[in-house]
Amino acid sequence: MKDGSLIALVALGAFHGLNPGMGWLFAVARGLQERSRALVLQSLPAIAAGHAGSVFVVAVIVTLTGSVLTSRVVSIAGGVVLVGFGLWRLLSSRHFRWVGMRLSLWQLAGWSFLMSSAHGAGLMLLPVLTHGSIPVPHAHSHGITGGAGDAVSAAIFVTIVHTLAMLTVAGIIAVLVYEVVGLTILRRAWFNLDRLWAAALIAAGATTLLLAT
Amino acid sequence: MALWKPDPTFYPSPRDAVNAPPETLAYIVAFDRAAEKPDAIAVIDVDEESASYGSVVGWTDLPYTGDELHHFGWNACSSALCPYAPHPHIERRYLVVPGLRSSRIYVVDVKDDPAKPTIVKILEADELAKRAGYSRPHTVHCGPEGLYVSALGGANGSDGPGGIALLDHTSFDVLGRWEVDRGPQYLAYDFWWHIAHDVVVTSEWGTPSMIEDGVDADLLLGREYGHALHFWDLRKRRHVQRVDLGDEHQMVLELRPAHDPTRTYGFAGVVVNVEDLSASVWVWYREGKEFKVRKVITIPAEPAETGDLPPVIAPFGAVPPLVTDIDLSVDDRYLYVSCWGTGELKRYDVSDPFHPVEAGSVRIGGIVNRTPHPSAPDRPLAGGPQMVEVSRDGKRVYVTNSLYGAWDDQFYPDGVGAWMAKVDSGDDFTFDPRFFPNGDDFRGLRPHQTRLQGGDASSDSYCYP
Repeated sequence: MKDGSLIALVALGAFHGLNPGMGWLFAVARGLQERSRALVLQSLPAIAAGHAGSVFVVAVIVTLTGSVLTSRVVSIAGGVVLVGFGLWRLLSSRHFRWVGMRLSLWQLAGWSFLMSSAHGAGLMLLPVLTHGSIPVPHAHSHGITGGAGDAVSAAIFVTIVHTLAMLTVAGIIAVLVYEVVGLTILRRAWFNLDRLWAAALIAAGATTLLLAT
Repeated sequence: MALWKPDPTFYPSPRDAVNAPPETLAYIVAFDRAAEKPDAIAVIDVDEESASYGSVVGWTDLPYTGDELHHFGWNACSSALCPYAPHPHIERRYLVVPGLRSSRIYVVDVKDDPAKPTIVKILEADELAKRAGYSRPHTVHCGPEGLYVSALGGANGSDGPGGIALLDHTSFDVLGRWEVDRGPQYLAYDFWWHIAHDVVVTSEWGTPSMIEDGVDADLLLGREYGHALHFWDLRKRRHVQRVDLGDEHQMVLELRPAHDPTRTYGFAGVVVNVEDLSASVWVWYREGKEFKVRKVITIPAEPAETGDLPPVIAPFGAVPPLVTDIDLSVDDRYLYVSCWGTGELKRYDVSDPFHPVEAGSVRIGGIVNRTPHPSAPDRPLAGGPQMVEVSRDGKRVYVTNSLYGAWDDQFYPDGVGAWMAKVDSGDDFTFDPRFFPNGDDFRGLRPHQTRLQGGDASSDSYCYP
């Protein structure tokens, strides 16, 4: 795998982990509600699992499609979808809706899956998925080719690397905020990541398109 | 337009919100009882350093007449920081102002000129009727799925049930009826929630036919006004439990849940006990999975000469306190209780919610007493402390004097007048002699609920302790 792709995968994971909307804030809230650090720590894997599920769905669709179509077609179609989705995120004032604080860990994972999906977390990985030359067992030296088994393996690899990065960053922030910093930080430091996020989606789509031509 | 940083008036927790800066403007809805002039929103200067402190500095007239503005609320508040659907980069800039009689809902923008809000949207009664099946919109709260608006009446020819309508919090369109399963609930009035516990609480007054022509003695003595609390699942929108306070406790109005999101208790005010004319305050609390209630404050009626009483209560020979509004400070320490009949505002220390301790009282107006304001000691006042609003830091308490058009006329038949007062709440509990907008300051309109710029003790809910 190209170093650049791996770095991109980890960086995007970190970016997703950083976003309060992606779950660390929910973990902190659950902990504060019961005055329990254990609950913060228990919540994080459930949130990561939901995120991983959302990313995996996109990854497996892209890699499987890539195993039957030329990567150029996948890149162009994916890139167009991504730019469109990013523009919609940027221009729409709608936001993800959900009601309810009292969730089981399963429900929390479900929440995270929906939250990540609604924000197109997996889509953001498109450039890596289409041009990343992901190393999978028995893969050819240039990119995702071969059978469906290889495609699924590639998707699993991408999901794991990305999610580990996401979980690490989210976990560090959650514990720091819970133990040390306090939530007042939200008032000062909660930048509108949604806009940055939308820009990242558009950039990812544009990158995919550029690399395809 | 979205902000880059969270709206500065949003606070994660009530502990943070009490450090909010003092408000500089207050918004008061004021209505014309005769429905000849338009109702209006009055803007009062509450900046103690300002030259125009305590006076009306702006007006926004509505385009229609006969709305009877009553309660209102913000488009967004601290609940935008809640972790499950955070959207803190929207602005608190619109007041959502229902007309209790007309069933119109106005959306008013206070951003560009805070002293002269502009109307940006009008929802007509038929939109609320068509989409939600409700009329007589009342309480507005900003919450997780949008704006929640309680309504006293049914629509399309039916008197009830009243309930909650959901409004989109960006377009303000009526999305529909909130309840999926309303169980035995029929009467409606106020609502709020324990947002971190997914619990909604609603209270009961009466349907439009029971209230719009004044309090009906037969209904009252027949114990047919509301006397129960309802608890709901906020996520599933289902009725969970009805708790009856006893049918002698007529009209369960304002609900003030603890601001601390880890707690599941709150206070409800009851206007009158038909057995002895006393008023009461109840605490609800969760025990296991059940909600229970307990009466924690009883305020007795005050004996009076029959000749001093209006016809509606003359046979009883006493003035009922008529607790028509209560308000809980953001730190959950003090509960303020309006006695609109006797003309008294009481402060209770509710640090232990089950054992309130009276911690101050001021008298103003009252059916019999007609206590003047300290700044005009020779002028007897009609009306009593009614809507009460508390600043986020808990230091300033504002009261206005009108209850509800038809009821004002019954209890203060010689005219309820119009005034607003401010009480400083610290170690002492006393009127601010510099603050007394009254009479013509309100252009002949009757002032009702107050909302403070940036939020107040009854506007915001918090997801973090």
